[in-house]
Amino acid sequence: MPTLEQIIARVAAAFPGARLEVVPNGSPSNQPSLLLEPGRAVEIAKFLRDDPELRFDYASNVTGVDWPERTVKERVKVRRVIEGVEKETEELAERKIPGCLEAVYHLYSMALGHGPLVIRLRTGNRADRVVLPSLTPVWRSCEFQEREIFDLFGIQFEGHPDLRRILMWDNFADHPMRKDYVAADAQEATP
Amino acid sequence: MIAAPEFQAPSRGGFADHDLMEVAMGPHHPSTHGVFRMNVVLDGETVVKLTPVFGYLHRNHEKIAEKNSYLASIPYTDRLDYICSMTNNWAYVLSVEKLVGLGVPERAEYIRVLVGELTRLFNHACLAGFLLQDMGALGTPLMYAFREREKILDLFEALSGSRMMCNYMRFGGCRCDLPDGWLEEAGKVVAGFDSFLDEFEALLSENEILRARSQGVGVLPRELAVNAGVTGPGLRASGVNYDIRKVDQYGIYNRFKFRVPLGARGDVFDRYMVRILEMRESLAILRQAVRDIPAGAILDPKAKLRNLRPKPGEAYGRIEAPKGELGFYLISDGGPAPWRYRIRPPSFVNLTVLEDMCLGHTIADVVIILGSVDIVLGEVDR
Amino acid sequence: MNQELRDQLSRQGVLLTSVEELYNWGRKNSLWPLQFGLACCAIEMIAASMARFDMARFGAEVFRPSPRQADLLIVSGTVTKKMAPQVVRLYNQMPEPKYVIAMGACAICGGPFRDGYNVLRGIDLYLPVDVYIPGCPPRPEALLDGLIALQKKIAAQHLTGPERPRHLNADAPGEYPVPQFGDHDLVGPRLPAAQETSDAHS
Repeated sequence: MPTLEQIIARVAAAFPGARLEVVPNGSPSNQPSLLLEPGRAVEIAKFLRDDPELRFDYASNVTGVDWPERTVKERVKVRRVIEGVEKETEELAERKIPGCLEAVYHLYSMALGHGPLVIRLRTGNRADRVVLPSLTPVWRSCEFQEREIFDLFGIQFEGHPDLRRILMWDNFADHPMRKDYVAADAQEATP
Repeated sequence: MIAAPEFQAPSRGGFADHDLMEVAMGPHHPSTHGVFRMNVVLDGETVVKLTPVFGYLHRNHEKIAEKNSYLASIPYTDRLDYICSMTNNWAYVLSVEKLVGLGVPERAEYIRVLVGELTRLFNHACLAGFLLQDMGALGTPLMYAFREREKILDLFEALSGSRMMCNYMRFGGCRCDLPDGWLEEAGKVVAGFDSFLDEFEALLSENEILRARSQGVGVLPRELAVNAGVTGPGLRASGVNYDIRKVDQYGIYNRFKFRVPLGARGDVFDRYMVRILEMRESLAILRQAVRDIPAGAILDPKAKLRNLRPKPGEAYGRIEAPKGELGFYLISDGGPAPWRYRIRPPSFVNLTVLEDMCLGHTIADVVIILGSVDIVLGEVDR
Repeated sequence: MNQELRDQLSRQGVLLTSVEELYNWGRKNSLWPLQFGLACCAIEMIAASMARFDMARFGAEVFRPSPRQADLLIVSGTVTKKMAPQVVRLYNQMPEPKYVIAMGACAICGGPFRDGYNVLRGIDLYLPVDVYIPGCPPRPEALLDGLIALQKKIAAQHLTGPERPRHLNADAPGEYPVPQFGDHDLVGPRLPAAQETSDAHS
């Protein structure tokens, strides 16, 4: 299989100016992923599917992930006036990493037998900017899986042929797989 | 919280004829293989639209797994495709082994192949039984298939303590070694299975009712099968040579000689025949495995089962389960429970093309086409 | 009736019984289950009706697809909140006398999936259960044991008096309210006794 760098090079050559970011993977699984910007995701996906050297014709798995806002404490260097002299010291500062929802696609090639290529799309935030382009027009296998992500996470997929709830009942109002969801009848887990 | 868009009833697509009838098949229906519902719009007896409705067995496995340790999720994987618990275990432990970077001793790999292929045998036999029950052979092929299944379940009970929910595999190997005499018993079961398949085929594959009802019905074209993510025997019946045991060569499958049967037309008959032929290939693998299994450890000594806290990272591991590609996508944040635990279910994705296969056929054919897709609701709804 | 005298007489070919015994004997040996499997326990239920375990010996092999013709509802598998209204509707459509067996941990109390947001913590929140069969899944022999327990329960039912079966008691409810889908959970009245027990264990 072409390496991720080679794939990025081919995509960058075909779509100059597109933002392509590698998300490293800390585990020994050797499966880094490619973060795409939502605006150009559909055309890049079509390229990945149709390019004769890549031929990622099979989208195996579409996953939704919820990343709530988190605060990280880090040591930062700041200049402070200490006893009349300006010095550079380290201080503990808090940084807020904004939350988002994410859709992760695992792509394989049945024609050439390679894979997986992992691509990611992230929403703006978890509240009102939760629209992502649907890749169902490119790979039909995303149809039910994107509906499930809409149902359980709340990402709205623009361009999906039939976006409605799939696992919960139609007038259910919550998105249960979000990290901050508390079920209406939640109980202390019995040991 | 974003409000869901207004629920819209599925569009009728411009049918001007108001004599259409919408029928809900399921969730309680003798032939829907579980609590599955299909809203079928009929013109007389011909299907003009089919909308599947899911969620009647949505048991929130993925959410529960976010609170459980990695080890505690193994019994839940038994209950996904509840007919094939061993292969579900295997897909999950394979993904965790990828996430953590763990190897598996050779004897454990052979045992995994043995129980995995035995599972494939009885899954395909039961499918043939259920499919024929849907066609109207009320019970007899199913009885024969269950008879063979009981022999294999006895083997699983001797090995893991439970008939169905075996909870047998662990990260880095298997939970316990084969008891004395197990291999001989397994060899006998494998030897007897050939004659069961001969009997089954002699009674069924030439049967003119089976052929009339299944040939030309529910055709799935190649390109659609690939694009819709169909995997497993349904994909191979449409002529696409993609068997994850050959593509990924996970475990020690590269040591076994076996063929991959392919269909020509992708109709119900091809899906049935591909499964019969796959059973024969599984028997070949089993004979080789029983012959070649070495002695040795069955669990990697470096494997950590309890309090497993993988480094932050992610992994996607997949196997060729009897129903298709079963994958697990795990994201670890360094804690004792996974941050995201996702199951890629073969039956769920295979149902994408259910409507395409059923359009233009009669409602009686819908039952058979659904039967040939081979779904188990535990996996579809998770 | 003296059992010794009855045995002596039966050896001579004279059978002495009561209407109640005969009536219940007929009922208990011809229970027709509804062909209703929800999840994993359904496979063990199917295995129990297959050749090895053979539920036909107990008169219960005729699984009816239609609730109008069935008199036993074996709830085998997890009842999800999405499925619960359908289960109660099916029970309501069964004619009296009807019985419910809760097979498996999920039907009894939610089982291993109890913490799920879409899982109903036991079918006895909405339906009266006669026999509970624990197990995950219970072996087919356990299902047969539960069926025998139900048969004993039916045999012991008196046809008169306050404990008489519902089809002889015009005041007893035969239909139970169907839960509805709310915005966050199921809404609708639950059976009171089960509610107390399930809250006590929370």
